[in-house]
Amino acid sequence: MRFLFKTSYAQDWRLARHGGQVFWYGLLLAALLAAPWVAGPYWTSQLTFVLIYAIAGLGLMVLSGYTGLLSIGHASFLGVGAYTQAVLTSHGWPFPAALVTAAGLSAAVGVVVGLPALRVKGIYLAVATLAFGFIVEEVMARWESVTGGNSGLSVKAPDIFGFNAGGAEAFYMVVLATCLLVTLGVLNLLRSSTGRAFIAIRDSEISAQSMGIHLARYKTMSFALSAAIVGIAGALYAHKLRFISPEQFGIEQSLDLLLLVVVGGLGSVHGAFFGAIFLITMPQLIAMAKDWLPPAIGQAAGLQALVFGAVLMAVVMFEPTGLYGRWVKWRTYLELFPTYRRGMFRRQRAFQKSERVR
Amino acid sequence: MSGPTGNGPGAGEVLLAARDLSVRFGGVLAVNKVSFEVRQGEVFTLIGPNGAGKTTVFNLISRIYMPTTGTLVFDGVPLERTPPHGIAALGIARTFQNIELFEQATVLQNLLIGFHTHRGCGFWSDLLFLPAARRNELAARRKAEQVIELLRLMRFRDQRVAGLPYGARKVVELARALCSSPRLLLLDEPSSGLNAEETEDMAWWIQDIQRELGITVLMVEHDMSLVSRVSDRVLAMNQGEVLALGTPAQVQAHAGVIEAYLGSIDDVSSLRREQAA
Amino acid sequence: MEIVQLLISGAALGCIYALIALGFVLIYKATETVNFAQGEMMMLGACVGYLLMLWFKLPFIWAALVSVAGMAGFGMLLERTVIRPILGQPQFTVVMLTIGLGYITRGLVTMLPGIGTDTHVLDVPYKGEVWNLGGLVLSAEQGSIIGLTLVLCLLLYLMFKHTKLGVAMQASSQNQLAAYYMGIPVKRLNGVVWGLSAGVATIAGLLLAPITFVHVNMGFIGLKAFPAAVVGGFGSLPGAVVGGLVIGIVEAFAGFYLPEGFKDIAAYVVVLAMLVVKPNGLFGEKLRKKV
Repeated sequence: MRFLFKTSYAQDWRLARHGGQVFWYGLLLAALLAAPWVAGPYWTSQLTFVLIYAIAGLGLMVLSGYTGLLSIGHASFLGVGAYTQAVLTSHGWPFPAALVTAAGLSAAVGVVVGLPALRVKGIYLAVATLAFGFIVEEVMARWESVTGGNSGLSVKAPDIFGFNAGGAEAFYMVVLATCLLVTLGVLNLLRSSTGRAFIAIRDSEISAQSMGIHLARYKTMSFALSAAIVGIAGALYAHKLRFISPEQFGIEQSLDLLLLVVVGGLGSVHGAFFGAIFLITMPQLIAMAKDWLPPAIGQAAGLQALVFGAVLMAVVMFEPTGLYGRWVKWRTYLELFPTYRRGMFRRQRAFQKSERVR
Repeated sequence: MSGPTGNGPGAGEVLLAARDLSVRFGGVLAVNKVSFEVRQGEVFTLIGPNGAGKTTVFNLISRIYMPTTGTLVFDGVPLERTPPHGIAALGIARTFQNIELFEQATVLQNLLIGFHTHRGCGFWSDLLFLPAARRNELAARRKAEQVIELLRLMRFRDQRVAGLPYGARKVVELARALCSSPRLLLLDEPSSGLNAEETEDMAWWIQDIQRELGITVLMVEHDMSLVSRVSDRVLAMNQGEVLALGTPAQVQAHAGVIEAYLGSIDDVSSLRREQAA
Repeated sequence: MEIVQLLISGAALGCIYALIALGFVLIYKATETVNFAQGEMMMLGACVGYLLMLWFKLPFIWAALVSVAGMAGFGMLLERTVIRPILGQPQFTVVMLTIGLGYITRGLVTMLPGIGTDTHVLDVPYKGEVWNLGGLVLSAEQGSIIGLTLVLCLLLYLMFKHTKLGVAMQASSQNQLAAYYMGIPVKRLNGVVWGLSAGVATIAGLLLAPITFVHVNMGFIGLKAFPAAVVGGFGSLPGAVVGGLVIGIVEAFAGFYLPEGFKDIAAYVVVLAMLVVKPNGLFGEKLRKKV
């Protein structure tokens, strides 16, 4: 059992709330830093993917989890970031400059995609983002002079201040550093007034306005920020795969991102990480389990879809707080053992008021 | 606790003036040529049966609705050109009839959001958590703690709003409005849904807000005992129009007001019991 | 002449979009949830029809009737087991649930022995027939789509206007609490609505199958029905039909007159334009929260 004794307001906004958190996160960081030399090339590569998807998940989490704006076309930002990075580095741009430009261009596209958000909400906004997703994908496929069209585009290894970071370990370090910086940025926003403004817009737009929150400005900010973060993930994705094509950034990828944030835990930074781990490891587990299943099920092309769908439905129905929420419950159980009470995390059934007005 | 600011009207001068305010929704004239003035430092109450247009007037002041005709002037600033998110910066805060709190956030976070208009930093200082952002956090937290102390919300501070009982939510709604350090506080039915004890607390708080914090209060209320107790002046409305204006006693004795609430004397006589011969 | 020809082929596809959009809007009106799996319902309905003909050698018309009835029952079961427990949660989570449902449906269908991932031909009795109307060529598939959609819309209109069930559904979609008080069994009605929606989707699938063939990814056409529903206004049934026709016709013209690639995104450009010009769609309701 741990009792937090608070002596200053600053304690409440510190990133680590107590010594125990500092210890465990420090251990995690050390493990991540040591991974390339301990885990071998295959797992390093998988870990790199997890971190890249975690960054993308953070981007979508900011928009949908914290600002409450559902986006079903988010893979388009992944694509914008990836193609910008690929094209610029092929023209000799150094990695950091290309990365910043990819983020900036993605943010600009995000502002455009966010324009409908200023006028409509809910399902109308979701369909608008869906529409943008398809349009951007088509543009990427048709603009052959720049993107190479459907035949794809190969990507050079990242060149950081003259140092070739294309090797597995070096690139992993680059991705880890970027992921840490992005996570820090998002955490900073969430513990300050900008993050709270996002949450306010999610929970009640009308009272957010009466508190002085400029809805249009903050919604646009959220879209731009989310797009920039996902653009950064896209740039890293391009370098990782060394070859990109438009179909990687279509509706399936967008749905995968949504799956990531919902299964991971909507509305929490940890959720992006849990979701990324789920997204990358689940196909591996399915592949391993295939041999144990009867051929009709195991060899079917739709097995992965079935499992993903089942997990998504299970999460929505039984554990709305996602994998992270379940983790928190287990951790609390262990911390409080044996005094853990069954109903500790029972959420009040808050019923959604109808958005339609008669 | 802060007193009235140096600039702006002194006690007794007009803070908010509504002139010939009208708003039409489709064929319905919800508010019809309503005029009134709220003076600095007073508690001004709007009463009237349901559908009289009282909350509509509030929504006009908060710029959620645009008036069809008429003007609203707050401390010399005409509100026509103020966008809805600019109201807080002018010094007007409000509570909502059906509570509009941020359900998934804690009480403390709700109060910190109330401080938003006074933030001194922007997106980039938040992103990098620069000293300016830290100072802003400290200032917001200090104000929130002041309000928590005033309204005795300590035990709810870190609880999610979604799980709080109704009475506590009403108080949090009031607290959040106070965190923006307003000059004019709009309270929409502060005592609806509260039991006798909570209404008593609310009455004391409204008086504290007026006397200690120096905030002008404009409220909509149905509970007549609360109205008589805390109000300086009362405006009675019915069907979108002004019926009577004066002290609580004057308005309650006004024939038109009685008729609006109870009906005319003929109706009442039919309800009288027959006297035994 | 070719304009009328384009109009016809556009209207035919538009009717499919309209039928799927009709399913969305029915569910949205009743339970305010958005069913992202509507396209998959259509695909499942077509697959069931195909399998009935394949395994049980049923003639087309019987297979069609049985599959519509079966899918309607499935829709009701779905509502009872999966949707009802989560009603009241934010719209986002319900949408995610239906997305998950879509995934599961696609996955399960690939495991059905008759379907797998191949495309299959549905043996409809009118396959290949073509009608010549004074220079205009109308294939029987297109004609059946347009014709049946009209009949279906008429039936639905009559049901909503004149039958007790239809009026009850309208009441429940406008104010659930009041409907409860009036003795309307709202929960059971929601089940009926989901069943009706699944049935309409099955009809769409059976009509579409001769043109696109039966295969597991057939449901992705359902994604284009979203723009159709939004263009018409998400709470409006006639809007869904009009929206579907608009999208279908615009697509047909875009495919003919505009360079390659525009056909695929025509629907999405239209919906974005509509959101700029008239955010609530052609017949949509004005959404305004009352505070």
